[in-house]
Amino acid sequence: MALYVQAIVNGFLVGGVYSLMALGLSLIFGVMRVINFAHGDMMVWGMYLSYWLFVTAGVDPYLSILVTGSAIFLLGAAVQKGLVNRILDAPHEMQILLMLGVALVLENVALMVWGPDPRRVSTTYALSTFWLGPIVFDLPKVTTFGLALALALGLYLFLKKTDLGRMIRAASDNQIGALLVGTDILKVFTLAFGIGAACVGAAGSLMTPFLPFSPSTGLFFTITSFNIVIIGGMGSFLGAFVGGLLVGVSESLGAVILVPSLKEIVSFVLLVLILLFRPQGLLGGSR
Amino acid sequence: MLRLGLGTAAAVALLVLPFWVPSAWQNLLITTFYYAYLGQAWNILGGYAGQLSLGHAAFFAIGAYTSAVLATQYAISPWLGMFAGAALAAILSLGIGYLGFRFGLRGFYFILLTLAVAEICRLIALHLPLLGGYTGLFINYTPNPWQFQFQGKIPYYFIALGFLVVGSGIVWLIQRSKLGAYLVAIREDEDASEALGVDTFRYKMIAYALSAGLTALGGTFYAYYQYYLQPNTVLHINHSVDIMIRPIVGGAGTILGPVLGSFLLELLGEFSRTYFAGGTAGLTVVIYGVLLIIVVLFLPRGVYPTLAHLMRRRRPGRAA
Amino acid sequence: MSLLRVSGASKAFGGLRAVHRVSFDLAEGEMLGLIGPNGAGKTTLFHLVSGFLRPDEGTVIYAGESLVGLRPHDVCQRGMVRTFQIARPFLRLTVLENVVVGALERVAHRREAVAIAEEVLALTGLAGRAGSMGHSLTLPDRKRLELARALATGPRVLLLDEVMAGLNPTETGRLIDLIRAIHGRGITILLIEHVMKAVMALSQRILVLNYGEVIAQGSPEEVVRDPKVIEAYLGEDSAGAEAGAD
Repeated sequence: MALYVQAIVNGFLVGGVYSLMALGLSLIFGVMRVINFAHGDMMVWGMYLSYWLFVTAGVDPYLSILVTGSAIFLLGAAVQKGLVNRILDAPHEMQILLMLGVALVLENVALMVWGPDPRRVSTTYALSTFWLGPIVFDLPKVTTFGLALALALGLYLFLKKTDLGRMIRAASDNQIGALLVGTDILKVFTLAFGIGAACVGAAGSLMTPFLPFSPSTGLFFTITSFNIVIIGGMGSFLGAFVGGLLVGVSESLGAVILVPSLKEIVSFVLLVLILLFRPQGLLGGSR
Repeated sequence: MLRLGLGTAAAVALLVLPFWVPSAWQNLLITTFYYAYLGQAWNILGGYAGQLSLGHAAFFAIGAYTSAVLATQYAISPWLGMFAGAALAAILSLGIGYLGFRFGLRGFYFILLTLAVAEICRLIALHLPLLGGYTGLFINYTPNPWQFQFQGKIPYYFIALGFLVVGSGIVWLIQRSKLGAYLVAIREDEDASEALGVDTFRYKMIAYALSAGLTALGGTFYAYYQYYLQPNTVLHINHSVDIMIRPIVGGAGTILGPVLGSFLLELLGEFSRTYFAGGTAGLTVVIYGVLLIIVVLFLPRGVYPTLAHLMRRRRPGRAA
Repeated sequence: MSLLRVSGASKAFGGLRAVHRVSFDLAEGEMLGLIGPNGAGKTTLFHLVSGFLRPDEGTVIYAGESLVGLRPHDVCQRGMVRTFQIARPFLRLTVLENVVVGALERVAHRREAVAIAEEVLALTGLAGRAGSMGHSLTLPDRKRLELARALATGPRVLLLDEVMAGLNPTETGRLIDLIRAIHGRGITILLIEHVMKAVMALSQRILVLNYGEVIAQGSPEEVVRDPKVIEAYLGEDSAGAEAGAD
């Protein structure tokens, strides 16, 4: 019994990062109606950057969030500005192929640069734990959760309270309306993608203290993000947030109940089920 | 008249070529032909029906593994086994299609479904001892034509060429038929097609089954050309990309597209292998990614249709 | 015995009642106009009748058979074809190929379909544009193509959704003549229209919808004088209703 509770707690904590990851994807879809197939790969680049800073300069992953967030922000903005902005009117299939291309490039450049072997960041406090009753709390996981929550809250406040945030929300609700009041739509899109990417870059840093990763982890994160966002409703902030926690918990429970090596299969089976039984999506057919 | 002459010359050249070129070139040509063939198969669903599939590696693998297992376990010739593989692949495609089309999965959602199924297949294959699991499946080399095994590359050359010709022929027949007209209509606008009496579900299923079955046949060829099957090669998303990138670059929805795309990509591959000998593990796929981006941005219809269009515009007298 | 009988058909989306207990008959060979302010539920009604949406309640009986639950292609195969409010040509196909798709509904081979298509193109005045790509067509030609494609299926009933929208007076006049010609061939027509000139010129009877409900039915002259109808349009924008604006 305690094993399950432990799994739930761990899953919940990791779920925080998943939420952040999904929020980024949701933002990108909500504003531009673009499906970022490269989402997970951007996150992995955040992780590699974090790893590199740690290994070369001893920078703690939690501190390098600023760097990874900014770097991946730039990456996302560049992708939007240089690529996606040019094909906003193209059929959806074209956008998907474009982002698939970006994903392939990101993942395989990582493969060329870093090689296929998994990397891990071993911080001094990696094994620190504290107890609350019978439940063990992993310090890295708790810190990660806290920071993820803070960033999510920050994003929420940004979107709700700042002018820039309002512009972004306006652009996502009503593109024509936003254009009419003089919004430079392309700039808003670039910014929105950048922010969405920054979320995922930061999420990468947050994951490195306890998750080994390799270039192929990107696809896993991408699929997980899709799972979360499709369950929670594409474009829904709250949906992405709650969905992230849910998926974190179910993944953790799944690892306990099933053979660990089947964990990946669960993720894909889950995706199939979600696709079939999803709540009415915003994409895929006008009715 | 000129066309007929050129065509005959090309045909003769193709028939004679393998005897004159070194083994490495033979391999290049074989690979070009059979990826062009796979591209034709993919194209039926992706280019003509307009349903992008990112999971064709699954059908390829079913063809490869089925014929391999039937041969090694039950001594059934791959010449027969390949049709069993094609049948199984078609059944899987009908299953996916039923789930996908009935549940209204279009565009992005459908692509995700195909990807998820292929990944599930890969993960299952990695854990199945029957299929060799992680170490993979080795096929004994006994150059016995009845076992789809030949000495030297030349027989494979002609078989691959044969696959391509027959595959292209099938697509050509489809293109001229009611099936072809309906598939293209579905691609352009599903709802409008429905309103005009097109049973979009049925025709998408037909396209899917054909596409899957033909792809599986190609898988058998691969199995008996490489003699080794490993899930992380055969069932990987990179392989699905391999299959679909040739028709997309060359021109989805055309017959020459996959062929042209295949030649272009083999040349590109050779170029990168020659000049970037080391560390090519990811380079090929990086190139694929860049190509996809370039095609989407600048050549959305693919190389062949764009070229054809450009050539038409230079001769204003010709009708479009 | 009417060809199409709709009884008590309703469709709601969440709390919004798009169509509410609509009933009407369409006799064989008739030309029935369907009018009403924007958002009155006319297109939704078309969706219900043609199989694109399933009614929450009510019946749709066509030639003695219920259409509820049938897919749109089944409905088309039974002889009832609809067009779309915003024309949806197959953009990357030629005009001829567009119409061939329609014609293939009733023949098995391309060659026969091409023959039918050419005939239909001649009838609808598109013969000269047979080789043009769908995406290169002007709006009036797109509307004609929409009509031609539907005609090629050999329908018994045509459901036309705002075929006149966006056309200038000359084009409108031409299209009115074309529709009359089609009607003259014995095809039953139900048309949604905002362009009053067309509605009055073509309809034998008119059905008026407002907020999803039938508020009036009758001859054009009766309907135009009906106070409920006038109020429905006045409540919105009377100038718009009279000028036939979209």
